[in-house]
Amino acid sequence: MRRAILAIVSTTAALVMILSFKTHGTAPVTTPPAAVSSTGTSSGSTTSSSSSTTASTSTGTKTVTGNAVDTQYGPVQVQVTVTNGKVTSATAVDYPQNSPRDQEINAYAIPTLNQEATQTGTANIDMVSGATYTSEGYIQSLQSALNKA
Amino acid sequence: MTTPMIEHPRTLHVEHSMGTVFTIDIRDGGAWAAAIADVCTWLHRVDRVFSTYRDDSEICRIQRGELAVADADPDVAVVLDECARLQRQTAGYFTAVYAAKLDPTGFVKGWAIERASAMLRAHGSRNHAVNGGGDVQAAGEAAPGQPWRIGITDPHGRARVRDVVSGRDFAVATSGVAERGAHIINPFSGVAATELASVTVVGPSLTIADVYATAAFAMGDNAVRWLQRQPAYDGLVVDADGHAHTTSGWTSAAA
Repeated sequence: MRRAILAIVSTTAALVMILSFKTHGTAPVTTPPAAVSSTGTSSGSTTSSSSSTTASTSTGTKTVTGNAVDTQYGPVQVQVTVTNGKVTSATAVDYPQNSPRDQEINAYAIPTLNQEATQTGTANIDMVSGATYTSEGYIQSLQSALNKA
Repeated sequence: MTTPMIEHPRTLHVEHSMGTVFTIDIRDGGAWAAAIADVCTWLHRVDRVFSTYRDDSEICRIQRGELAVADADPDVAVVLDECARLQRQTAGYFTAVYAAKLDPTGFVKGWAIERASAMLRAHGSRNHAVNGGGDVQAAGEAAPGQPWRIGITDPHGRARVRDVVSGRDFAVATSGVAERGAHIINPFSGVAATELASVTVVGPSLTIADVYATAAFAMGDNAVRWLQRQPAYDGLVVDADGHAHTTSGWTSAAA
């Protein structure tokens, strides 16, 4: 039972981690976020092998919904809210809730997810150093996630 | 509910070269297309001259005896001289010539990135970072009053950040097995080094940091002890069991 909770939490937390590496925070949080709302845009840039994008990093709140991930307990999809470059809340928008046991797990897992995601978001990094990736490896790299943030 | 917006300029460019991906992130206002074009031309030129994967590169032609160093691109002599100097400085653990094969690629990428940053400065950019496949040269700040924050990937789980370093005008290089397997040969034993999972070196020059990271990786268990003796550079070593070891000057900026 406890293992089941942890499995869901770690799967979703890993997904949140990828989403939460916003390019860069520019100011301390001054205004509480409106949960699951979008009141500002961050750098809305996409990149490709031979094009440049000019954008602005910004303070403000933005909400990102991750792809649904199939876990052994059913699909899990997470939505995070980023304010001034930090994850300020996370919500599971799709998760297993068919059985009473699912509901019991989620009563514990969702608040934990929210707490873990918020802590992870404080990493708040601009660039990533690691062992040299290949062109293919780049696609799965944290730097690639940052460049899309 | 609207949050006040503070805009900071940012120009981001991603370029594939040398079998990896370069990220150029400029945090100064203005138009940077010409500067970025210059940098990309430079990166591709370095690849054409120094690649050991291209039969027609000058390095391959020198290896086959078809081209003399004196007749090659002037940067070839510069690079080979620097490699020889760094070989002595790393007690032979870094070398551009192994088993009678000329291979300066362990030097070239970091050097090319550091030069790319110098080119951006020459174009007037004071605040930028250039990342080539996981090796970063950062100039100035990420935003006014905010130093750059560079995350270091966990070699045992590349979606995780193991530590964060922060600063202005500094470089971060990492050597490890997480992306391409055991590929760093200990030149004294002749086999791939496997004691460590990754070595990260922080200091002013990416060229030096990158070579130190590779040499320290090849040293295995002596990596931290050797890095401790290198002035102006600090290191984070993650061993094969996942334990972290740092030099005394290592300063984590992890939250």
